[in-house]
Amino acid sequence: MSPGPSGGDTGTALGSEAGLAKTDGGGEGLWIYVWRQFKRNSLALSAFYAVCLLLLTALSADFLANDKPYYLKYRGQSYFPILRGYLVQMGLAKWPAELLNVDFKKLESEKALFPPVPYRASNIDLTAPFESPSGPHWLGTDKLGRDVMAGIIHGSRISLSIGFVAVGIALVVGVVLGALAGFFGSWVDMIISRLFEIMLSLPTFFLLITLAAVLPQSIFITMAVIGLTGWVGIGRFTRSEFLRIRNLDYVTAALALGVPNRRVMFRHILPNALAPVLVSVVLGVAGAILLESSLSFLGIGVPADTVTWGSILNEARSNTFAWWLAVFPGAAIFITVLGYYLVGEGLREALDPRLRGSR
Amino acid sequence: MGSYIVQRLALLVPTLIGISLMGFLVTRLAPGDPAELRAAGGLGGAREAALSRGKQSAVDEAMAQWRAQYGLDRPLHVQYGIWLKNLVTLDFGESFKDNQPVWNKILERLPVTIKLNIFSILLVYVIAIPLGIYSATHPNSWSDQTATFGAFVLFAVPLVWAATMAIVFICGGDFLYLFPPAGLTSLDYAPDWPWWEKVADQAWHLFLPVVLLSYDGFAGLSRYMRASMLEVLSQDYVQVARAKGVSERIVVLKHVMRNSLIPMVTILASILPGLIGGSIIIETIFSIPGLGQLGYEAVLARDYPIVMALFTVSALLTLLGILLSDLLLAVVDPRIAFGRRAQ
Repeated sequence: MSPGPSGGDTGTALGSEAGLAKTDGGGEGLWIYVWRQFKRNSLALSAFYAVCLLLLTALSADFLANDKPYYLKYRGQSYFPILRGYLVQMGLAKWPAELLNVDFKKLESEKALFPPVPYRASNIDLTAPFESPSGPHWLGTDKLGRDVMAGIIHGSRISLSIGFVAVGIALVVGVVLGALAGFFGSWVDMIISRLFEIMLSLPTFFLLITLAAVLPQSIFITMAVIGLTGWVGIGRFTRSEFLRIRNLDYVTAALALGVPNRRVMFRHILPNALAPVLVSVVLGVAGAILLESSLSFLGIGVPADTVTWGSILNEARSNTFAWWLAVFPGAAIFITVLGYYLVGEGLREALDPRLRGSR
Repeated sequence: MGSYIVQRLALLVPTLIGISLMGFLVTRLAPGDPAELRAAGGLGGAREAALSRGKQSAVDEAMAQWRAQYGLDRPLHVQYGIWLKNLVTLDFGESFKDNQPVWNKILERLPVTIKLNIFSILLVYVIAIPLGIYSATHPNSWSDQTATFGAFVLFAVPLVWAATMAIVFICGGDFLYLFPPAGLTSLDYAPDWPWWEKVADQAWHLFLPVVLLSYDGFAGLSRYMRASMLEVLSQDYVQVARAKGVSERIVVLKHVMRNSLIPMVTILASILPGLIGGSIIIETIFSIPGLGQLGYEAVLARDYPIVMALFTVSALLTLLGILLSDLLLAVVDPRIAFGRRAQ
């Protein structure tokens, strides 16, 4: 990848001392301190709130865009179809015969309260393809008449879950390998460092599309593939942190007391090594979201019938008159990625001991 | 210096073998069989032959024959051994698709990708360095903060979005037609055009792909340049130069800039693999017949020889880029001795 938005590798050196804030500073925990520093940066703070809002959107996607109403009064009976939908999925309830597979919008109900976007991402309406943004379809429709707004709301689930799970996988692989290399040194370090070198010189994106294209199309495989190709940065950060902390007195003391290696690595060193790694985790979520959107834009990875931000964007390529298919999903990716970048940058500054007390 | 280069080149060998092994395993262990794809896609004569007789056994026989032809029926380690042996003579085998030698296909498309990437790297440096210098000499000013924020925003713009927006809004379609939506030359491009028209036509076609390939590079690099300048600016010798009465212009452009360019050299190595990855997207969107497009098509068609060759070639380019930037670093910074650099 090209160099990060700012700093890049310097982050290790900068963030490293902040990891020890626990031991100095009058009893104030590191994370309280970091949060206090972070709050001073109004841009990062607003980005943080935006990211939270986005998470909330993803979590409540079913309540924001759904073809079922929240509340329905039909033939004198009251229903809560969205909630009931969850129960049916879990196998705890069944649809009453008169509501099974019905189009709630065409139902002659006494009263129905629909979500703000009364469509699901997958609702195909062949009578209304390529509608420009207007009345019922706020952001227009695609070639199958699927509502773009609903697609973007439900797509946030796919983007964010791929972002988080992929980075989670990368975090586990990177931290374990980096910890082993940094803690044991000698031949372990040599082998793992060679592995880092191989991964660094691999054409990662090409490897990614190869894997995503040859493996069956699935969200979970996409997550795993992005995670397994994206751990090198985290691994190198962890390794250099472990190399540094390994030689500190308290680690020597712990080892001299006979604390087992595994415990020293994960209980004594890891908490102090995590702070700078956290920055690359936050930036990694943005990177994974970008990668997923590129993959689904190229039509590989996520199954073709799943609506994602990248797949809506892809439709604009062959239907250049439908500008709304280009503008809105791309803006969603952009805002999400920018949000994570700004949060990551704010975190980097908050963890930077050189900025302590300033601003 | 000579022995250092030899030593470094020797170290490339195990890394390259590791990379090719990884590429090999990825392509061969994946579910799906190129022979089946070939039979289903009707790339060879096997399908017609089978259909005319209406016998499944004929298909199987043809596929087995085809597998044998390409050595796909042998055990994996034997296949890999043969591949490595051929690599020594720069023989990447033949494409499954049209039986053309892979090496020819790559050579045919390499110049396009290299042209695209060289212009992009040039553009990155030409924009990033002055911007970084300006930001560092006016730290925390309104314009510096705008540049910092601008770089952030640019960096977050997804390439696929930027490219699609360009295609929709400024490449014909229903809106403006400022740039061509595809290809490297116009349809009526003829060799008997005067040279300036050829250059103008190519520049017109290359402009958008090059800008799109480089924007996140110069956003990132200008921040690096700024940080590097600021670090040098705070050093004692800069104070000395100022105290001697050297004009600020000379201090910045001569004393500071030279030293702050040193880290820029190493970053060249880290931009390279990103550009190759980016050219997959750009070449696919703008239908540019380069390595990226070749790779994307080969991946979709499971044309393993091409995929493997591209893996190896782009990894080799990346490794050579790292080596080159290490050598350049030692050239521009005499404090760095060959062979004694810490990892």
